[in-house]
Amino acid sequence: MEQWDVVVIGAGVVGSAVARELARYRLRVAVLEKELDVACGNSSRNTGMLHAGFTYKPGSLKAECAVEGNKEFDQVAAELGVPFKRTGKLVVGFTDHDMENILKFKAIGEQNGVEGMRIIDKEEVERIEPHAGGEFAMYVPSSGILDPMAYTIALADNAAQNGVKFFFDRKVTAIERYIANDCYLIHTPAGAFRTKWVINCAGAYASQISEMLGYPNYPVRGFKGEYFVLDKKAGEFLKIPVYPAPNDKGGFSTHATPTVDGNILVGPDSYVTEDWEDYKCTKDHLDGLIRDGSKMFKQMRREYFIRNFAGIRWKRVDEDGNVLDFKLESDQQHNPNTVNLVGIESPGVTCALPLARRAVARLVEVEKPQVNEDFDPVRPAPKRFYDMTREEQAAAIAEDPEYGEIVCRCETVTRAEIRRAINNPLGVHTVTGIKNRTRATMGRCQGGYCETRITEMIEQELGIKPTDVRFNHAGSYMFTGPVRGAQASDEAAEGSVSA
Amino acid sequence: MKHVDAVIVGGGPAGLAAAIELRRKGIDDILILEREKKPGGILRQCIHDGFGLTRFGETLSGPEYAARFVREAEALDIPCLTDTTVLEITPDRHVYASSSEHGMMEFEAGAIILAMGCRERTRGAISIPGTRPAGVYTAGVAQAYINLKNKMVGRRVVILGSGDIGMIMARRMTLEGAKVLGVFEVQPYASGLPRNVEQCLNDYGIPLSLSHTVTDIRGTDRLESVVISQVDDHMQPIPGTEQEYECDTLILSVGLIPENELTWMAGAEKDPGTSGAAVDENYQTTVPGIFAAGNVLHVHDLVDFVSLEAEALADGAARFIREGALPACNLAVRGNELVGGLTPSRISGTGDVTVSFRVRRPLRNCTVELMQGDTVVKRRRMPKALPAEMIQIKLKADDLNQTDDLEVKVTC
Repeated sequence: MEQWDVVVIGAGVVGSAVARELARYRLRVAVLEKELDVACGNSSRNTGMLHAGFTYKPGSLKAECAVEGNKEFDQVAAELGVPFKRTGKLVVGFTDHDMENILKFKAIGEQNGVEGMRIIDKEEVERIEPHAGGEFAMYVPSSGILDPMAYTIALADNAAQNGVKFFFDRKVTAIERYIANDCYLIHTPAGAFRTKWVINCAGAYASQISEMLGYPNYPVRGFKGEYFVLDKKAGEFLKIPVYPAPNDKGGFSTHATPTVDGNILVGPDSYVTEDWEDYKCTKDHLDGLIRDGSKMFKQMRREYFIRNFAGIRWKRVDEDGNVLDFKLESDQQHNPNTVNLVGIESPGVTCALPLARRAVARLVEVEKPQVNEDFDPVRPAPKRFYDMTREEQAAAIAEDPEYGEIVCRCETVTRAEIRRAINNPLGVHTVTGIKNRTRATMGRCQGGYCETRITEMIEQELGIKPTDVRFNHAGSYMFTGPVRGAQASDEAAEGSVSA
Repeated sequence: MKHVDAVIVGGGPAGLAAAIELRRKGIDDILILEREKKPGGILRQCIHDGFGLTRFGETLSGPEYAARFVREAEALDIPCLTDTTVLEITPDRHVYASSSEHGMMEFEAGAIILAMGCRERTRGAISIPGTRPAGVYTAGVAQAYINLKNKMVGRRVVILGSGDIGMIMARRMTLEGAKVLGVFEVQPYASGLPRNVEQCLNDYGIPLSLSHTVTDIRGTDRLESVVISQVDDHMQPIPGTEQEYECDTLILSVGLIPENELTWMAGAEKDPGTSGAAVDENYQTTVPGIFAAGNVLHVHDLVDFVSLEAEALADGAARFIREGALPACNLAVRGNELVGGLTPSRISGTGDVTVSFRVRRPLRNCTVELMQGDTVVKRRRMPKALPAEMIQIKLKADDLNQTDDLEVKVTC
């Protein structure tokens, strides 16, 4: 059996960041993920905010890592080729109570080291963003927007490019410790992994893994929220995230946020769920988003809806239900060679790299591994065809003619880009995986034009049967077989209409 | 950059018919740009018959219908660049298009014919609640997989929406051995053609349930079931009427939307009634020299009418190419509350015009009056009018004045 130095459990944004930071050392690292791609859980099911850090308790890990993660993100985005905009944020209020809360969190933010926050009047709100609601606002210049899925993919790609191995469809079912051999055996339905170190980055399931490692099964509570995704046509009306004043505990209800790709997200609302993967959207909550979202964003119209989704923040709570800080721990005496990360939720995307550095530091302190002199922090990220000038597009097609074939019309994604995505460094082959790497099918027709082409390219590029194409999960087959009596001939299949 | 007298965006039925008619009117320099690998548009995947009764007086399959136009265009030597996607149209009629074979292309067009057709409304657009498993397809995507790619998308099927493609897919999947549990329509009437209710559903014993919709989608990997609820007069689900249907496939046939991204890029104004471009009696958009016809303008029931409309467009486009301008159309066209999807939106009063619209709900014994001021230009009595059937009324220039707006009144 192969011997690993470190097994990271979970390929969300934190697991991928940990993998990337581990790659800075000469270590044999495996990442085990139960899904078929990175960021299938809550790492991608969020607003995509780079948080400033003004709502977290001073001195907490959340506050410390958010401010640190925020400050460094321009460099991180440049290294990893991740689209990112430091848009700033408007926290808008309507009432005196809103103003009280805004001032309270402004003070907390200042204590946390958040710079440049200021209270502005309605006139300035309208000058910054004419489509924002609110009678006054706090302007937070350091907030920004990013695509959390693209960011996680970039972290994982960069880790893989520096030697980390990712294993998908590997749900951890048990962990055994072999004291004599100073190692752990991590069991999955597809075989066991032997490793010296284990780092728990299991997100929603972190408490279960925590218990398998010998730490407590920390109580967590799921706060679910639903979102609408609005058409890029609506994107013209909003250039900066607009949040309502926080409630007394620092929580935000439904807000409107532009995405880095030019869409608008409206949501999330917040309600408690018991189900680990309760990602369904519900009529009542979507109706609520329409009602509450209109207060933040005056152009909230049904004609702009292209999709909806849900995410769950699994927060660590005490016996009285109070939300607790992120947990990052290690215990060489009782659970040697482990790092345990539990209750990592919002602002987990902002905090991923700072948390990863702190987790890896625990290992480095004990293990003192050799530094990987070959580590390259830069991930090659070719410019999207969509973002190129006409001249750049012409040059790209001249170089590689497949850039000339537009596969996804809505998002202008070319055959060259789809092919590259199918051959991604992580070996992800789902239709959703191609979508998340290219934006194909993410536009207003939702794959009506390009999905048939993408599934066909996956089959051809990988030499697999149509029945083996997967939409997102392991059991998400898209085709049940050939049409009755169908011939394999492509010409017959193409319904030729020429004479 | 190359000058072309007429650039036609889209080689489906509208684009092909416009090209052929323009050539017949003496326009030699024509170029069709088609994103698919062959011309024919959506007809390539419509292997059922019923096309051509109006245009050719016989019933053809979609590919057969398209082949007649493709052959004619080939016989007339009209060039068509396939595998070519138009990226941008500018208000001064420059067209940018790309293909693997020819790279980035720029054309300066004497006139541009928009013939991009339409796309399907999606699950997200109508906000169906539930999970997001595999097995939820729009009818057109399922049709493309089955008819063009020979891939079967499922075995146990529920269809939401009684649009024509949905009903045709109900029959198609039944013929392929799938079990179609039913077609559910949120409106109190079928949204597709009566002949399709007969031939695609009734003939195969597939139940059609009106005033019903999908209120939940269940399953994590592949679709496991959908929940269907009855809806009230305001199309809101009625609690207590939920019924769960075990199925692996949900087909959506919930409406078509004209594909107008390039139209808006070119600066053309929208007609709020059709969601397509506002056009005048010559099918000219608000941008001079840019014309639109077929499903990109307003969604038709039958391809025959798409072809006829595109042929009608050629007259104005040819005049524009020759003369550089068309007579001003200063008279508005308006409909009353029973009239939807009305085109054109402006007329001159000096030319023949075809007025197209749909009634907003099924009507019996109604009267259609086209009026200028107090003058009834044309009156038609209809024993029955359905939203699924587009009404077209031709007016002669001689019958029109040049001062009054045109009002379309439907009364019951």
